[in-house]
Amino acid sequence: MSTVATYAAPPQKGWLTPIGRRRWQNFKANRRGYWSFWLFLLLFGLSLCAEFIANDKPIVASYKGEILFPVLVDYPEEKFGGFLAETDFRSDFIRDEIEANGWMVWPPIRYSYQTVNSNIPHSAPTAPFWLMSEEERCSAYPQGAADPGCMLGNLNWLGTDDQARDVMARMIYGFRISVLFGLVLTIASALIGVSAGAVQGYFGGWTDLLLQRFIEIWSSMPVLYILLIIAAILPPGFFILLGIMLLFSWVGFVGVVRAEFLRARNFEYVNAARALGVGNGTIMYRHLLPNAMVATLTFLPFILSGSITTLTSLDFLGFGMPPGSPSLGEMIAQGKSNLQAPWLGLTAFCAMSVMLSLLIFVGEATRDAFDPRKTFR
Amino acid sequence: MTDTLLSVRDLSVAFHQGGDTSVAVDHISFDIRRGETVALVGESGSGKSVSANSILKLLPYPAASHPSGAILFNGKDLLKASDAELRHVRGNDITMIFQEPMTSLNPLHTIEQQIGEILELHQDLKGPAARARTLELLNQVGIREAEKRLGAYPHQLSGGQRQRVMIAMALANRPELLIADEPTTALDVTVQAQILELLKSLKDQHGMSMLFITHDLGIVRKIADRVCVMTKGKIVETGPTAEIFANPQHAYTRHLLASEPKGEPPPSDASKPIVVEGKDVKVWFPIRAGFLRRVVDHVKAVDGIDLTLRAGQTLGVVGESGSGKTTLGLALTRLISSKGRIAFVGQDIDAYSFGEMRPLRNRMQVVFQDPYGSLSPRMSVADIIGEGLKIHERALSDDARDARVAAALQEVGLDPATRWRYPHEFSGGQRQRIAIARAMVLKPQFVMLDEPTSALDMSVQAQVVDLLRDLQRKHNLAYLFISHDLKVVRALANEVIVMRLGKVVEQGPAERIFSAPVEDYTKALMAAAFNLEAVNLSAIRQ
Repeated sequence: MSTVATYAAPPQKGWLTPIGRRRWQNFKANRRGYWSFWLFLLLFGLSLCAEFIANDKPIVASYKGEILFPVLVDYPEEKFGGFLAETDFRSDFIRDEIEANGWMVWPPIRYSYQTVNSNIPHSAPTAPFWLMSEEERCSAYPQGAADPGCMLGNLNWLGTDDQARDVMARMIYGFRISVLFGLVLTIASALIGVSAGAVQGYFGGWTDLLLQRFIEIWSSMPVLYILLIIAAILPPGFFILLGIMLLFSWVGFVGVVRAEFLRARNFEYVNAARALGVGNGTIMYRHLLPNAMVATLTFLPFILSGSITTLTSLDFLGFGMPPGSPSLGEMIAQGKSNLQAPWLGLTAFCAMSVMLSLLIFVGEATRDAFDPRKTFR
Repeated sequence: MTDTLLSVRDLSVAFHQGGDTSVAVDHISFDIRRGETVALVGESGSGKSVSANSILKLLPYPAASHPSGAILFNGKDLLKASDAELRHVRGNDITMIFQEPMTSLNPLHTIEQQIGEILELHQDLKGPAARARTLELLNQVGIREAEKRLGAYPHQLSGGQRQRVMIAMALANRPELLIADEPTTALDVTVQAQILELLKSLKDQHGMSMLFITHDLGIVRKIADRVCVMTKGKIVETGPTAEIFANPQHAYTRHLLASEPKGEPPPSDASKPIVVEGKDVKVWFPIRAGFLRRVVDHVKAVDGIDLTLRAGQTLGVVGESGSGKTTLGLALTRLISSKGRIAFVGQDIDAYSFGEMRPLRNRMQVVFQDPYGSLSPRMSVADIIGEGLKIHERALSDDARDARVAAALQEVGLDPATRWRYPHEFSGGQRQRIAIARAMVLKPQFVMLDEPTSALDMSVQAQVVDLLRDLQRKHNLAYLFISHDLKVVRALANEVIVMRLGKVVEQGPAERIFSAPVEDYTKALMAAAFNLEAVNLSAIRQ
């Protein structure tokens, strides 16, 4: 038997298994979903760099021969002859001081999500700058239209909200926090839900019966009221909100995974693994989980958009993120109370609908990719 | 020419998928005369079912198409017929019976409704007239106490009865041509023999023609007037049955005829060490009833079986479906819980937990029936075969494990270079070899083979039987061979247990059981399996 030499490594055909490659082909064949996927990744990638796109601090500055990175480092104002603990780079005094002794590179939008524009032409909310004449939009600056401060980066592209904060900046940050919240919630609830469903489906019997009854009771709780009650007791915040929603959202995965495990636990290759002496944990992970992953992954984009919607509606009701944090729901609420400023509602609406549509299109393509019977034309 | 009922001329069928076109049937021609039975024989994938389905245009159009050909039924081309004309032909002039009686009846309708629907559609029979005709049909297909069965749902009938109902539905409109697509493959041998006799007598009574699709040459010899041998979408040989069996011309036909499992089982030798011993093995599943789920009775799947299996010997377990043979095998390998003493190489293992069994698992292995289901589709062949080694021989380095996997593949006759592929790239026979390699790589002493050849084509079956025998001789393996196929058992087993309803009917050396069975049930089983004759019906029904 020693004639059997050890063969070299398996022929490498990329990092995907043949099944994975076929799925990727199916995914690509859904053009809409495929482009949505890349567009969503691009938007999400951009929003992750929000600090470099919309910020009230310059990205790089040179002051008296020293290169500073105000985006990354907080410099006390003392350094530039002021007195605040944190430098307000937007103030005329600091700006003149730095420009006299060096230079600054600003992000395209010179507002962060909580920066208040003190140079609005009239009381907030103010309209996008392109809805106003040049004189009007610069009227609050000391030198009017000739003022160096009245330039593109300082104008409000999508107007301001009722606290004179830039809507564009708030939208970018709000998009980021929505997607991040959705992602973390989806992944965490998938982890819990898949494990619970796996245990139920694999062991069946009493385990299944008891957990199933528990889930029935658990999922019949009025989630919204519980959220309201808890929000009244605990200080609202990203992680507290995440935790509360996680308590209830994992249940959604249990059904599909449990069904998949129940079906597959008597497959012959599972029996064969059992006959080989493979342990329960390994069987579940290696032989059964891939079956359940198809259902789970198909589910994922829809759960993701669901979580985003939930967060937005909580923000809208005022039970979401703490006041001041950028959030699309809060923007919609502002739009509702400021009907004379349609740019608030419209911006939030467009951001939400683009984000959710992209996710749904990606979800459709994912469903196609994992459909074993899928044929094209 | 006037007596030609159906004439298939130069028929091709192509399937399109994602830009690829595959030709499933390639320019075939055959005729069926009135009152004649023509058999279409071939192995799986040869295109025989596709040919039959295209006669009634039952293929998934437009994924399927006919690049060439004509199907003349009474002189009319069915391929060019409109949907309305086809609907008139379907179920009226030409009817079909399918393989799986379980799924070809609607589970939500009673027998009377199902047969009545056809009568109403094509003959406009309703009410008492339909009922009378339904009863007549059921009596014709040999369903006893037909009045009581009218209101029965499909799940209340046995597989054989369901197939009889299917036949009754097919006969309802006195068709001129009956297409039977593997009508007995899903049935037990004894039932198969009965259904074949029924079909034959009905055909003679009604003067029908029959197109019989099967992979089983025994059935062809029994029932067909003429044979068309198909392989890879082509008809390679056509002729009268007797002539083809006596004097096959084409190499493929000869290959098919020579592919019955052959060879001798290992000689019995009482001096060899005992590997597995079972004493009064019982597997009872409780039946619970009432509010408190009290156990009121048991389903006795295996009910007190004694057996002894020695090294290098094969114990065949035969019986019809539901006789408990697989359950017995699972109990002996401790994959389900059972009562009674089970000893493995002198060690009492019946009280062992799953964890305690694990160190022994490498010495007792299982090969399952369905080579499509028993290999995880998401693992490469190397991972599938190496999985057991990872558990039982942890010390093995990656290279050493890889060498063992390659050696195992070579031993079962596969190219070791194929081990990076995935199961779907292999044929059924190759997959079964992989499953065998997975068991053999652990160097077991005892292998439970649960119908390892049932899902395979005839010629592949013979190869797998030869492979199993070689491996047994080389490694002195003890086999527990579970099968309903007596031909395979005869080629492999030196001892046989005939099981029925969880109990032993007859047990003894294979030679004696096959040559001189004592019990009536065993005799009936042998007649059905080897001669396709339904004898001793009372012994079967009991």
